[in-house]
Amino acid sequence: MSTYLDISQISIEFPTKTGPFKALDKVDLKIARGEFISLIGHSGCGKSTVLNIVAGLYEATEGAVILESKEVNAPGPDRAVVFQHHSLFPWLTVFENVEIAVKQVFKGKKSKAEMRQWVDYNLALVHMSHASHKLPAEISGGMKQRVGIARALAMEPKVLLMDEPFGALDALTRAHLQDALMEIQSELNNTVILITHDVDEAVLLSDRIVMMTNGPAAKVGEILNIDLPRPRDRLALADNPDYNHYRAAVLTFLHQKQAKKPASPPQLSSAEPLTEVKKAVGA
Amino acid sequence: MFKQNTLHYLSVAGFAWLVPLIKLASWENPREQAQEIVRLIGLPVIAILVFLAIWSTAASRIDTSLGTFPGPTAVVSAAQGLYQEHVVEREKAVAFYERQNKRNEEKLARNPDAEIKIRDYTGKPTYFDQIITSLITVFTGFLIASIIAVPIGITCGLSPLLNTAITPIIQILKPVSPLAWLPLVTMVVSAVYVSDDPLLSKSFINSAITVTLCCMWPTLINTAVGVANIDKDLINVGRVIQLGWFTRVTKIAIPAALPMIFTGLRISLGIGWMVLIAAEMLAQNPGLGKFVWDEFQNGSSESLARIMVAVITIGFVGFILDSFMHTLHKIIAHDEA
Repeated sequence: MSTYLDISQISIEFPTKTGPFKALDKVDLKIARGEFISLIGHSGCGKSTVLNIVAGLYEATEGAVILESKEVNAPGPDRAVVFQHHSLFPWLTVFENVEIAVKQVFKGKKSKAEMRQWVDYNLALVHMSHASHKLPAEISGGMKQRVGIARALAMEPKVLLMDEPFGALDALTRAHLQDALMEIQSELNNTVILITHDVDEAVLLSDRIVMMTNGPAAKVGEILNIDLPRPRDRLALADNPDYNHYRAAVLTFLHQKQAKKPASPPQLSSAEPLTEVKKAVGA
Repeated sequence: MFKQNTLHYLSVAGFAWLVPLIKLASWENPREQAQEIVRLIGLPVIAILVFLAIWSTAASRIDTSLGTFPGPTAVVSAAQGLYQEHVVEREKAVAFYERQNKRNEEKLARNPDAEIKIRDYTGKPTYFDQIITSLITVFTGFLIASIIAVPIGITCGLSPLLNTAITPIIQILKPVSPLAWLPLVTMVVSAVYVSDDPLLSKSFINSAITVTLCCMWPTLINTAVGVANIDKDLINVGRVIQLGWFTRVTKIAIPAALPMIFTGLRISLGIGWMVLIAAEMLAQNPGLGKFVWDEFQNGSSESLARIMVAVITIGFVGFILDSFMHTLHKIIAHDEA
């Protein structure tokens, strides 16, 4: 397997009032071209931080992200991001939201007519052509997320980064979008990193699932190869023993090996003064 | 479809109370419309009637040195009087120009090379002229304020450091009364604005600048807050597609902050209108403020009623300006204001 994207020993520390907080500790991951990777872990474990570092939105304190043998440390359209909350510009139509990215990325490379065609092509890919003149406020949450995906795809990224893209959607819409994503993936064969906390989603979509340990100082816990034939069908897979085996493996990791400690009573280190404890327990 | 659009535009323009009337005219669910009419039109009308009754009884019990405090009827007749004066003054103006034209034509008939003079009519401004003057003044001041406040607000919103630096200055200058600014403005304008044939009168400039000084702050603060609180994801989108700094400001920061900017502008215009009346009183700019002051100095038995007319006019104009800004906001900005 040749490495296309190398996330090489990245660590990150955030400055806080009580000293630096180490969110990631030497996260290391090598991804091949066209691979679909899911990053899964409990909330707060830093999986979004990994994605933001790859996107160039955060800068790693240690380590580097190497894409096609070149180090990347600033954001760019070669690593397009689909954000959790669609993040469409509310004052632009669906078409214009994709167009603003296309115009910027293909400045001087495509003619105006070609750009319009390219926007239309990408909207068609996510089945949103019918709403291209609508404003984001006029379409549903699932449709907004489709447009967000179209905008990211339209940048022709080397790596597509998706930060819990379906997390805010209802189960049915989510299933539709997962199917749409698999369909697009079979056509374009992008390299994808998907952040998720949905085990089914991870098993259904991925070639490999990367399970992260709990933070602080989160690292790669286990990596699971998903050897299910494509195209995958969620109904057929429901009774597939391999599928269920993979599911069980991820669930075991999340709920046994990395089980979250109970949230209450509040965890307090001995360094904290007694008044804080009283406040925390509401006394 | 046509009706739907009309109804939508009426709501946008702040005439929501007309909607049930139009629906009733097309006999759409008449019972519900009747209830809506009672709610949207009936209740305010009752409130106004009660207010007029209280005003009327209270006024008749207040005796001032200029006679009884004017009740609603006295104010209506004063308003009619002001309208009559306006008509008479306009007739005089027309007559003046006719005489002047006739004289000039006769002059030219006698001698085609004669130098003719065209003079403007210099009668005193009528009540309606004064309203127009006030509107021009307030919009001049408001426009200058917006031109200054929006760019500074955007810069502050983009730079937390600059924002921290100038926030105390803004907070200190914001509550200053127009009456405190005006003497300073007057002295500076008379020192700086020296011209033999001034295009704009000093009193106009004084009033407009005072309006500017008092009404720029809400726009500035709201713009800064609006720009500073743009959704981080939207900014990140801009970074991912590598928009340049200028494009990021024009394509992301300004449109995203537009609802807040408009809220600021709306508050600013309201404050500007309030401040203007005080400024005109002291600066003797021929607008509504000067009208009130002159009537007060005049001290005739009509004066109080005429001042009440001005009070109601000021209220109405303020209300219309606010609705105008609100409508503009709904049309231009993308949020549901």
